[in-house]
Amino acid sequence: MKIKYKGLSFIRQIALIVGVMIISTQVSFSNESEGRHLTNDEEVYDAGKMIIEHVIDAHEWHIMTIGKTHVSVPLPVILYDEGEFVVFMSSKFHHGHEEYKGYKLELDGENKGKIVNVESGVLPLDLSITKNVAAMLMSMVFISWLFISIARSYTKRKGMAPKGMQSLLEPLIIFIRDDVAKPSIGEKKYEKYMPYLLTLFFFIFLNNMFGLIPFFPGGANLTGNIAITGVMAVFTFLITTFSANKNYWVHIVNTPGVPWWLKIPIPLMPVVEIMGVFTKPFVLMVRLFANITAGHIIVLGFMSLIFIFGNMNVGLGYGVSVVSVAFAIFMGLLELLVAFIQAYVFTLLSALYFGMAMEESH
Amino acid sequence: MELVQPGIGLIFWMTLSFAALIFILAKFAWKPILKGLHEREASIDDALNAANKAREDMKALKFSNEQMLKEAKEDRDVILREARAIKDKVIDEAKEKASAEAARIVEAAKENIQYEKMAAITDLKNQLATLSIEIAEKVLKEELSAKNKHKDLVERLIGEVKFN
Repeated sequence: MKIKYKGLSFIRQIALIVGVMIISTQVSFSNESEGRHLTNDEEVYDAGKMIIEHVIDAHEWHIMTIGKTHVSVPLPVILYDEGEFVVFMSSKFHHGHEEYKGYKLELDGENKGKIVNVESGVLPLDLSITKNVAAMLMSMVFISWLFISIARSYTKRKGMAPKGMQSLLEPLIIFIRDDVAKPSIGEKKYEKYMPYLLTLFFFIFLNNMFGLIPFFPGGANLTGNIAITGVMAVFTFLITTFSANKNYWVHIVNTPGVPWWLKIPIPLMPVVEIMGVFTKPFVLMVRLFANITAGHIIVLGFMSLIFIFGNMNVGLGYGVSVVSVAFAIFMGLLELLVAFIQAYVFTLLSALYFGMAMEESH
Repeated sequence: MELVQPGIGLIFWMTLSFAALIFILAKFAWKPILKGLHEREASIDDALNAANKAREDMKALKFSNEQMLKEAKEDRDVILREARAIKDKVIDEAKEKASAEAARIVEAAKENIQYEKMAAITDLKNQLATLSIEIAEKVLKEELSAKNKHKDLVERLIGEVKFN
């Protein structure tokens, strides 16, 4: 009964969050055709700028622009500056056109997209709930709700065949357990790492999928953000380091089976091995970030083609759109595959590193 | 460059909430799920083992049934054979008994005949004696009449005597 209540409260939470966002979306409709707008009507379409704006983080969740009206979800800005916290909604900036409480959102230059203290010109510590933070929190609430409700059906339908959502995700859970954790870490020790590996896999996989949805509440390029992949890589690095046994450190400091002159007087092998300790998680971080971002950039590139050609000639734009959409669909299908493969690779490599850290000398 | 510059805020929130997510899911989701999976697998294994065992038992039972049937058939054959033997024996005995009885009856009849014969002979002897006495009487009576005739008469009389 207690668990059931929790499940319900998760649904309520999601409903609440979505509701609040929808309401605030309507609030933030801002009509900018009235003036104070720096850009003119003959603004040249810049594909590179558009693409980058779509794959990076932002202080507001932009949904669409109709004419000069931006429809976006404002997000809370949390700044830590000169020893105190400053909190306000990002809609106060009016998409960067206004200052608020002595801060402004840079639209150009070196600090583009960042919040700057107008007086001192320094960047305050920005702990804002940005688009990616919001997407991450929403996806986490969703993942928690999903798996806690599945867990409930495991306790409720003990020993029975899986049903519904449970039977959809059970093969993946078993896949992670039997084909990733068990062979990489070993029958004896794998259980300890299962919670991390499962969380990692489903967080990456589901966020890859959400990233493919082109509109709110999807569309945030979460797993294609280097901070997100970096934090996950650091988690893997820390777990690897803390579960490492003596054999692992001996391998690094005094690699067996290597001629002595590679270790003394110049510790060539130890240096290479220590570098390897850090390159492993670094590669994890870059691989996921680059794969997901690249996929998004390609799809956005195809879309940009329509507008580039459309600016030359409207007919040409329509003609190119057929080809572009066909390629974008193809890329979308490919991205579905990549979404799974990258989640799998990240999880598999993490599991392999854990296994290597605990390998007994042979 | 913005692409590869990680945002401090994002790192902060991600670290915090990812750790929380791992903790929450580990406690409320993965633990019951993995436990449930393990239990289900164990129960399926048990069920399969039980089914295998039942199959083995069935096989053994079937085998023992066949064995029993075979033994029963053998028993039946033995019993039938014994019964046949007993029947033959009984018939033989009966035959023997019957022939013995017949022999006994024949013997008894023979004895009886012998006895009757002896009795007849005795009777005959007695009669003969009586006859002899009568003959003697007659002879004696004849002797008084004719001497030669006596002899003839005796001979005639003796010739007349017939052993029946």
